[in-house]
Amino acid sequence: MTPEPARPLDDARTLDDATRALDVDALIDDAETRIVVCCGSGGVGKTTTAAAIGLRAAERGRKVVVLTIDPARRLAQSMGIDSLDNVPRRVKDVDGDGELHAMMLDMKRTFDEIVEAHADKERAEAILGNPFYQSLSAGFAGTQEYMAMEKLGQLRSRDEWDLIVVDTPPSRSALDFLDAPKRLGSFLDGKLIRLLMAPAKVGGRAGMKFLNVGMSMMTGALGKLLGGPLLRDVQTFVAAMDTMFGGFRTRADATYRLLQAPGTAFLVVASPERDALREAAYFVERLAADDMPLAGLVLNRVHGSGAAQLSAERALAAAENLEDNRIVDQGDGKEAVRSSPEHSATPETSETPTEAPRPGQTTPDPRDAPDAPAGSAAPEAHETHTDADASEEQLTAQLTAGLLRLHAERMRLLDREQRTRDRFTSLHPEVAVTEVAALPGDVHDLAGLRAIGDRLAG
Amino acid sequence: MSRLQVVSGKGGTGKTTVAAALALALATEGKRTLLVEVEGRQGIAQLFETEALPYEERKIAVAPGGGEVYALAIDPELALLDYLQMFYKLGGAGRALKKLGAIDFATTVAPGLRDVLLTGKACEAVRRKDKQGRFAYDCVVMDAPPTGRITRFLNVNDEVAGLAKIGPIHNQAQAVMRVLKSPETAVHLVTLLEEMPVQETADGIAELGAARLPVGRIMVNMVRPAPLDETALRLGLDRPPRKAIAESLSAAGLGDTRRGGGAERLVEPLLEQASEYAERYSLEEDQRAVLTEFGRPLHELPLLSGGMDLAGLYELATALRKQGIA
Repeated sequence: MTPEPARPLDDARTLDDATRALDVDALIDDAETRIVVCCGSGGVGKTTTAAAIGLRAAERGRKVVVLTIDPARRLAQSMGIDSLDNVPRRVKDVDGDGELHAMMLDMKRTFDEIVEAHADKERAEAILGNPFYQSLSAGFAGTQEYMAMEKLGQLRSRDEWDLIVVDTPPSRSALDFLDAPKRLGSFLDGKLIRLLMAPAKVGGRAGMKFLNVGMSMMTGALGKLLGGPLLRDVQTFVAAMDTMFGGFRTRADATYRLLQAPGTAFLVVASPERDALREAAYFVERLAADDMPLAGLVLNRVHGSGAAQLSAERALAAAENLEDNRIVDQGDGKEAVRSSPEHSATPETSETPTEAPRPGQTTPDPRDAPDAPAGSAAPEAHETHTDADASEEQLTAQLTAGLLRLHAERMRLLDREQRTRDRFTSLHPEVAVTEVAALPGDVHDLAGLRAIGDRLAG
Repeated sequence: MSRLQVVSGKGGTGKTTVAAALALALATEGKRTLLVEVEGRQGIAQLFETEALPYEERKIAVAPGGGEVYALAIDPELALLDYLQMFYKLGGAGRALKKLGAIDFATTVAPGLRDVLLTGKACEAVRRKDKQGRFAYDCVVMDAPPTGRITRFLNVNDEVAGLAKIGPIHNQAQAVMRVLKSPETAVHLVTLLEEMPVQETADGIAELGAARLPVGRIMVNMVRPAPLDETALRLGLDRPPRKAIAESLSAAGLGDTRRGGGAERLVEPLLEQASEYAERYSLEEDQRAVLTEFGRPLHELPLLSGGMDLAGLYELATALRKQGIA
């Protein structure tokens, strides 16, 4: 066996100098920070991160509301709330002077509220009862994103909370929520809407004459495509919404500016996997292009090892060694260990073998020899073994081999995570990063969220 | 075997990977499959290590035994223009519609139209026949939206058929629904052995069932190897024979057993990893039991320790074939 020096890469499970560490506590303690937006691809622990940050900020004295979009039931339960709805509910058993409130976006309810707030009663009823509106508010691509931003704007303007933590929708593109307000805004006061409204008004509009396709042909084509009744529903809807269009546009713009304002901080959440980090890199670039303030990257579910000095290759070789010997032992109990250079997976052969101590030997060795090569395991000891001893010894060897295989698996995972992470940091060295160590199970209660918060804060 | 196989699952469970492996597995023995992508993510291209896919069916892989896998990234805007051209010869007017924002409206804002176009295109590929009257593809595999949206996505045609009560969109929506609700279709759900994805799988099965959409198989992805069996786990964790383990490690050449020695220093971290493993193992067993109760065919795909690549994809396809997926 040849010793292998511990590689610095394996030891460095903390951030290296090249990467800035993200100081989560500084961010949430800063009274200037009023909005934290958590974004990232699906399945990376975005919602849990948002809840953990909210709880931590509350327990550090701030009055916090967490706006989740699509929480797992379990997460709501972990905050002691059976079901979350469209109004903030106070979370009990939060330590300290702060407060934590949580709510879940109800897309349709939020849309209805806007209509009710901006149209007189009669008109509001007409809109709410329109079949086209009912579909639009419940399902169209982007409503959820738009309504999340709308809700954020509402919460912020009430000025009731020190800090609003937002979890973004699991969009097909993680960036839909940035585009949705603009898209809806530009649709609602766009040319098409005016065209659709035209038949409901008198004549058309003079401004439409630049179109070289006849108006009747256009509405005719739309009518053919959508079917007459649907087109009429759309036209009625659009006419009823007419007075609100300006409002939508203004609000969409205001929300967009709110996201760019100082006081807003974006956290990109990812797990150390290729796809998640690719999406994260895309996010970082898009936020920069839109002048959105990025606070940093939260890297969830990072694995570590207390025995990182032992590489996967060496652990596997040792496991094989133990398993081979079990078979050999059945023949004669003498040779406990074969000297097996073919099992050595590492090229390093710099150290000379030292005499290995016998089991139980306690004489201190001045050399620290964690990688002392296998010498012997006191062959004569085996001769005194009874059958029971032998079988127990076999069990231990089997157990140890299992432990080593488990470790090898862990080390491979570590390596892979490190490589993916390095790829991201070399692409975006300017992004501050905090790593959250993987938990073996899911989060079930405030204590679990607190533990994540501790890990987030490093 | 269903000719339209829809693959959904919670975000992060590896839907695209499983869909691709399934398309490969179903393409063996000279068959031809089409792998379609509907979310504009170009996940298929990344997986097969090719450049971005255009809105065009092209061959991306050859399966063992001479089968072929084609891929298509459906672009709703182009799909709509396709339809307009096909049904109305609206070439020029199509461009004018685009200028007006009507296409953008139809594909991004109008309720459900986008999804109608996406599922419509997939169903068209399912039904398409060549000149000899044979199906163009033996099977179409769709990398679909996540579990949280899958029922609405597939069922949107019902909603649209109700909204547009007459006209070609109405007819189109109804035709699509006939395919989706028939045994021609199977919706598979990808999960991990973790609580939240399993919970989403349960919700997904209930929602699909309520919408009378056919639930297919449950695919458990990224199943980790079990290097410690239960006996070893119990022995190792109840009263870990620390000294004997240290001796074993030492015998295997990993340093000596005295305090601070190489082998001795490994014992605690290794046992700690084993205890984390045991916790995870028991959670995974619980989740496996929950999944079994759903009474759907259950498949397990191994976690690839080197990360996902093309070779890994073939490995997963082989695993699926061995489990009798075709």
